[in-house]
Amino acid sequence: MSQPIAPVRHVLIEGNKTYHNITEDLCRPTETTPSREWIVAFALSAAFLGLYVFAICWTVWKGIGEWGANRTINWAWDITNFVWWIGIGHAGTLISAILLLFRQRWRTGVNRAAEAMTIFAVICAGQFPIFHMGRVWLAFFIFPFPNTRGPLWTNFNSPLLWDVFAISTYFSVSLLFWYTGLVPDLATVRDRATGFRRKMYELFSFGWTGSAKHWQRWESLSLILAGISTPLVLSVHTIVSFDFATSVVPGWHTTIFPPYFVAGAIFSGFAMVQTLMLITRKVLKLEEYITINHIESMNKVIVLTGTIVGVAYLTELFVAWYSGYVYEQFAFYNRVFGVYWWSYFGMMFCNVVSPQLFWSRKIRRSIWWTFFLSIVVNIGMWFERFVIIATTLARDFLPSSWSYYRPTWVEISIFTGTIGLFFVLYLIFTRVAPVVAIAEVKSILKVAGSQYVEKARKEYSENPPTEESLTQKATQH
Amino acid sequence: MASETTKVLYGLYNDEEDLKKAVKAANSDHLDIMDVYTPFPVHGLDPILGLKESRLHQLGFTYGAIGASFAFGLMSWVFTRDWPIVFGGKPYWSVPAFIPITFELTVLFAAWGMTLTFYTICGLWPGVKAKSLDNRITDNKFCLAYDVTEADDSTVEKYRSFFSKTGADEVNVKTI
Repeated sequence: MSQPIAPVRHVLIEGNKTYHNITEDLCRPTETTPSREWIVAFALSAAFLGLYVFAICWTVWKGIGEWGANRTINWAWDITNFVWWIGIGHAGTLISAILLLFRQRWRTGVNRAAEAMTIFAVICAGQFPIFHMGRVWLAFFIFPFPNTRGPLWTNFNSPLLWDVFAISTYFSVSLLFWYTGLVPDLATVRDRATGFRRKMYELFSFGWTGSAKHWQRWESLSLILAGISTPLVLSVHTIVSFDFATSVVPGWHTTIFPPYFVAGAIFSGFAMVQTLMLITRKVLKLEEYITINHIESMNKVIVLTGTIVGVAYLTELFVAWYSGYVYEQFAFYNRVFGVYWWSYFGMMFCNVVSPQLFWSRKIRRSIWWTFFLSIVVNIGMWFERFVIIATTLARDFLPSSWSYYRPTWVEISIFTGTIGLFFVLYLIFTRVAPVVAIAEVKSILKVAGSQYVEKARKEYSENPPTEESLTQKATQH
Repeated sequence: MASETTKVLYGLYNDEEDLKKAVKAANSDHLDIMDVYTPFPVHGLDPILGLKESRLHQLGFTYGAIGASFAFGLMSWVFTRDWPIVFGGKPYWSVPAFIPITFELTVLFAAWGMTLTFYTICGLWPGVKAKSLDNRITDNKFCLAYDVTEADDSTVEKYRSFFSKTGADEVNVKTI
């Protein structure tokens, strides 16, 4: 034992694990036949994916007129769902990049699955703007390239195009980050496998050996990718908010949008991580690696970001009143008391009131409360996007064009279908790759493993440090 | 070099602290270590192995600069030379509007450039067969390896006594 452990440290790996135990426990889900729960969940998700495919074919065949979106409310469920999914993705990058820069050890238990969640959520998000284009076979027009349509370029001044760049960059960088982290763990699975499985993992682990120089470069690469992913993730939701904020629509044209969208994204993303992790740790029996301490840490992030979002809602209302600008005031009056008042109150309750329960340590450390509230927050954040988009557009500049929006079965099927798509991808991931980063968990074992932390606590209580011994230690290090 | 086979004498240790002690002992005995393999990045190993800091981050900066210049240059060229269009009464060369895409491409180029460089310089690609000495190195064993392709018996004996002195759990020979 070389590193000194402070007795106040949380235990992040329970059950007195050795390095070999960690390998065994974390590789097991990829090596056993799927459990009954997995098969049922997969069948259900695949059914929803089938619904998605059907609804998308319907949309492409018949046209966007099959959706409830109309000339007044021309952004509706599609863009609501797009922003919702993109927001969910943000937690993965926050855990893997920002918490790496802050050297938060608890990230190692959840980073792998959260990053996978990011990638799958961005895939789901991407579906909506693409199919919203209508003539989806011309979707490649959004990329600037020398073409035969005359030198016709994209509009680089448009926030919608910034979004194309932001989201495609975000997706591909997240994929690189996730996969590079996965390579050493795939090598671990490879070295335990035989036959055809071994061949497959040989292919996907790129010939990893664990050489010291490779580890050094791997750590260097991870750190820089984390460093550039941090402003990237903030830029992505900032640019998503620009889609609204750079327009001249009252209620959208506000400078508070970028920080408020980013906080909301992290808030909803952590809620989704909680939903997934609570199920994953139970089904794959990973309770010793994703502990109550991990769950509590994530709940603290939820209460912080939820409060930021709440402050943003109230600031918006205050500024609308204080501006003295009647159109802005009407936009907010309409949001709260207009035709969609129920979605505003739903949003307020789910996003601002409910996460405040996490100030109680007991609730923060309760699995059932966490699971319940994570679902509530996900619903609330969906409402937030619906409130911003649909209620604002429903009462636009011309009262003669005011309208009401209801989704059709096609939109409902596409949305629930993307949830199916998300879970199909996630469930496949839990079968083929270790859902907890094996190498990273091993690297924190000696400072966060239960036997080491308890030993440090025992030493501390039996032999409390004196001023003299502390000075001695300080000079040693 | 890559296609040639290497005969390796390696010792497996049970703990990263034992490995670090062994590396220090090898340094003081002036033994030439071929490589060290571990299941996870062991901190404090690089300086005693004499590994220089990786220069990947310098390359990352270069790739990022290329991305930034490419994005900004392309947008400037398109909107001032190739096909100037007035959008919303703004100047053709509307620099603030170019910032988001310039930023995104900086990140994109830096990330892809560095990652591809990492895999290339480490010789890691799909289809590369791992020159793995032992299956347990990715599990719980810490490996220190000596190249004995051209070593005489007395050198091999020296290495073996080194392993027994430093408490290696197992010592094996493998040609990779």
